[in-house]
Amino acid sequence: MINEPFASGNSIVHRLDPRFRTFFAVLLSIEVALLKDFSAMGFALLVAFFLAASARLNIREVMKRLSSIFGFLLLLWIVIPLTYEGTPAWQAGWLTWTREGIHLSAQISLKSTAILMIFMALVATMTLSTLGRALKRLSMPGKLVHLLLMTYRYIFVIGQEYQRLYTAMRIRGFRPSTSLHSYKTYAYLFGMLFVRASKRAERVNQAMILRGFNGRFYSLDDFQPSYKNWIFAGTMMMIFTGILLMENGLLWPMKPF
Amino acid sequence: MHISEGVLSGQVLVAGGVLAAAGTAIGLKKMDYERVAEVGILASAFFVASLINVRIGVSSAHLILNGILGLLLGWAAFPAIFVALILQAVLFQFGGITVLGVNTVIMALPSVICYYLFSNIIFKSNSLAITAAFLGGFLSVLFSGLLLGVALIFTEESFFEMVLLIVGANFPVMVIEGIVTAFCVMFLRKVRPEMLPGYVK
Repeated sequence: MINEPFASGNSIVHRLDPRFRTFFAVLLSIEVALLKDFSAMGFALLVAFFLAASARLNIREVMKRLSSIFGFLLLLWIVIPLTYEGTPAWQAGWLTWTREGIHLSAQISLKSTAILMIFMALVATMTLSTLGRALKRLSMPGKLVHLLLMTYRYIFVIGQEYQRLYTAMRIRGFRPSTSLHSYKTYAYLFGMLFVRASKRAERVNQAMILRGFNGRFYSLDDFQPSYKNWIFAGTMMMIFTGILLMENGLLWPMKPF
Repeated sequence: MHISEGVLSGQVLVAGGVLAAAGTAIGLKKMDYERVAEVGILASAFFVASLINVRIGVSSAHLILNGILGLLLGWAAFPAIFVALILQAVLFQFGGITVLGVNTVIMALPSVICYYLFSNIIFKSNSLAITAAFLGGFLSVLFSGLLLGVALIFTEESFFEMVLLIVGANFPVMVIEGIVTAFCVMFLRKVRPEMLPGYVK
């Protein structure tokens, strides 16, 4: 049900310090989300491709994940150009595609693809426990990080529990349909998942207290300092500034079409 | 229910981020370390439950279940949903970094509202409890849709038709969330009432 295809790997990106990667992923994503200039967006998309390539991501997995937003983008391209007010670009009968609408759809498509790829290349390339530690070092509250790790750990356990319950339902002849009976069965399934989760939580909590848990996970491997991290940081800062300059028309200005 | 990257304006993203941070801070404050295991494991149960597709006529949809999450967790729904959204982003690349705040508010604020509206009706008579639970499920999705609409319209007024389309298309989901929440609450009342708010032995 859940897999992390990018988390393990041995590319240059995988070996960089997770704190640096997380920080710059957030910084670049925010910058890209606010862009309005097409040359800056194009460049950001290029950077995203470059990062994904240097992380040596599996292309099929990348496409699979991109296809989840492509459905949304397709809907966007159907709805926005028709409903957005502005100067008409084409007309067919009573349907009007506006120039501004097409503009906006193109912007959203470029930006969301770029942000998604940056995220896949820099953040999805670490395991969740590493991300948790990186977030802690980047001063996210300890309790929240603890909650994140706890939730992650139990997704798999609860997922298996769900599979077991669902198998039991199917053996007893359950077939999903649009009926009250079907929804009732799902409601009881969810209810049972919550009950089991809550009982498990009680046991886990007792076991943790028994072992002297004091609200902190200790980790044996620490982040290794390396000059490569600083090269990465320098490059990312240059890219950040480059995109900023393009956005403000100071570098390769492009007239909106 | 969430908004993708690259759609919203800077102001909306910042507003969402600030509200989500405030809600999460309150949630964390109300949740001591003793309860982290409980909230975490329940959050993962919701994560799993929201992956399950339920048939609606010829199509199918996954449920959000933020109404019942609110009833079970109260303010802790904020950190729980925030964490679940991080996991969705990392594991499936649904949503993402910049919209994390907005999406947290879209789903968690209705949870908290439902908690305040309905948590003390759950142990009343059967018919009252069923109505309250149904409304909890129905309204939480409706409120989420409306918040999503607010975020889109504040970004761009021309998104109005799109918002109508989204909220309208989610109407069947609201009804089904209501039905499922009602059955689920009645189930929990029988099986493990101590999980629900306002339980006295």
